[in-house]
Amino acid sequence: MNTFDWAIQLVYVASATCFVLGLHLMNTPATARRGNQVSTGGMIVALLATFVLMIHIGGVTAAGWAVMIAGALIGAAAGLYTARTVQMTAMPQLVSVFNAVGGGAAALVAIHDYVSSVSAGHVAEVTTVTTFLDVVIGSVTFSGSIIAAGKLQGMINGAPITFPGSRFVNIAVAVIAVGASIYLITTPNVWVLVIVILAALAFGVTMVLPIGGADMPVVISLLNAFTGTAVAMAGFVINNWALIIAGALVGASGGILTKLMADAMNRSLRNIMIGGFGTGDTGAAAVAGPGGDVRSIAADDAAIQLAYAQKVIIVPGYGLAAAQAQHQVGELASVLEDRGIDVSYAIHPVAGRMPGHMNVLLAEANVPYPLLKEMDEINPEFPRTDVALVIGANDVINPAARRPGTAISGMPILDVDKAKSVIVIKRSMATGYAGIDNELYVDPKTSMFFADAKTALTELTAAVKTLVA
Amino acid sequence: MTSALLTDITIFVLAILVGFEVISKVPATLHTPLMSAANSIHGIVLAGAMLIAVTANDVLGYVLAFVAAAFAAMNVVGGYVVTGRMLKMFRRRPVASDQKQALATGDSQTGAAA
Repeated sequence: MNTFDWAIQLVYVASATCFVLGLHLMNTPATARRGNQVSTGGMIVALLATFVLMIHIGGVTAAGWAVMIAGALIGAAAGLYTARTVQMTAMPQLVSVFNAVGGGAAALVAIHDYVSSVSAGHVAEVTTVTTFLDVVIGSVTFSGSIIAAGKLQGMINGAPITFPGSRFVNIAVAVIAVGASIYLITTPNVWVLVIVILAALAFGVTMVLPIGGADMPVVISLLNAFTGTAVAMAGFVINNWALIIAGALVGASGGILTKLMADAMNRSLRNIMIGGFGTGDTGAAAVAGPGGDVRSIAADDAAIQLAYAQKVIIVPGYGLAAAQAQHQVGELASVLEDRGIDVSYAIHPVAGRMPGHMNVLLAEANVPYPLLKEMDEINPEFPRTDVALVIGANDVINPAARRPGTAISGMPILDVDKAKSVIVIKRSMATGYAGIDNELYVDPKTSMFFADAKTALTELTAAVKTLVA
Repeated sequence: MTSALLTDITIFVLAILVGFEVISKVPATLHTPLMSAANSIHGIVLAGAMLIAVTANDVLGYVLAFVAAAFAAMNVVGGYVVTGRMLKMFRRRPVASDQKQALATGDSQTGAAA
């Protein structure tokens, strides 16, 4: 190793330090922006060092420079445009698309390395193992993330898509991808590499298609972990520490979020991957309630309850995000706060369509983050709460989770049933993702406000304003 | 087994452990920006994509270099910009209503969280 290589590696270590510091600063909302800036700084330095390294190595053809720079500029422009214009409700799709391109780029790094090693007549064995891990994981992430983004965007049916033998096809392509990779380790052949790529792409598609829309928070987290792993493998292939460290950090992040999401939904990862059960995306079904009387309420009566409460907790769920009613809920809350009512928000870990999605939607609606409470923090406050206003949440507030023997037993829930009274805004009595009736809806202290979240909140805000005027 | 591979594996394992340690302290409120920030960090694959161009000397190599650079650049630029955009919305106190319009367009520098 000469002095130049030393310098470049040290710059990569400095960049990796910036990435870790950047993630560390995300431990509070107040420092998170600085964290993103530190991380960006590390990235710029690493890319500049790579640029210098390219010049130092030399031998880059004019066409090589041209395609690399043109590609980077086009990609950067596309990234900048989508990042500037995306709606916050569409954030899960965007994260999926970034996962797809990141995984795809990682796979391409290994594909190029393999193809050029074969044509140069040397394929080191240690490199090929990580090469195929990179190609397979990167390709799976690429196609899987595109399907996930398509489902989230509504371009592909969000319901689990299965066909006779779909499990078999899924397993078959996995066997082909792994088998062909093992064959390639002993026998270099570029055409077999094409089979590996196609089989891995097919596996990504057949892996995500059977997964229902409500499981998307887990799937996105998992694909994020995959992308990180693919990038780390690309780092092994080209022996670059910056890629290895960055990929490992992302892999860890995706892994933690996958576990948190799966736990919050009370489902094992295996269960989700097998899929084919339920979906949170289905529209309102016929009104068919559980046993017991359901008390329906109109905007005026609900407004009276809210306007004369001292403490209100708003429980936003998937339905709020689906109806894009985050601005309406923010407006209602500020009207109540102007009356001196203590308003806070109880956020279940899987509210929304990706980890933490609801918090971003509410932040966008100008809700200050100290009002957004995590489940463990807010649960002790429900007994002191006059009105819990539930908007489009279902399974995460079902008291049946506390009893054994139900589909959601053991799932962590928000203790909404402990509030003095409960108003539920929901389109119908349709069951949630778990497919079981919600006991809270027939509780005597619960009133149901049957409407779309956006309409209901607009009416409620108007009614409260009239009342206090 | 080469010692370079052993070093790489050591770095990989230790980085995963550091990742677990740092990321488990991020509050649930910030999980979406966290995932987006992680997304930008794996945009470092752009460094790998750039290095493809060093050895590319035929049509296939150029195509791979082009597509990889485009993908990775989209990842890294889009990731950082959208993370910044999200984090800017997290405020300790609500902003006055006349600032909302400016914030909605993303032009305002005001209201940064304390």
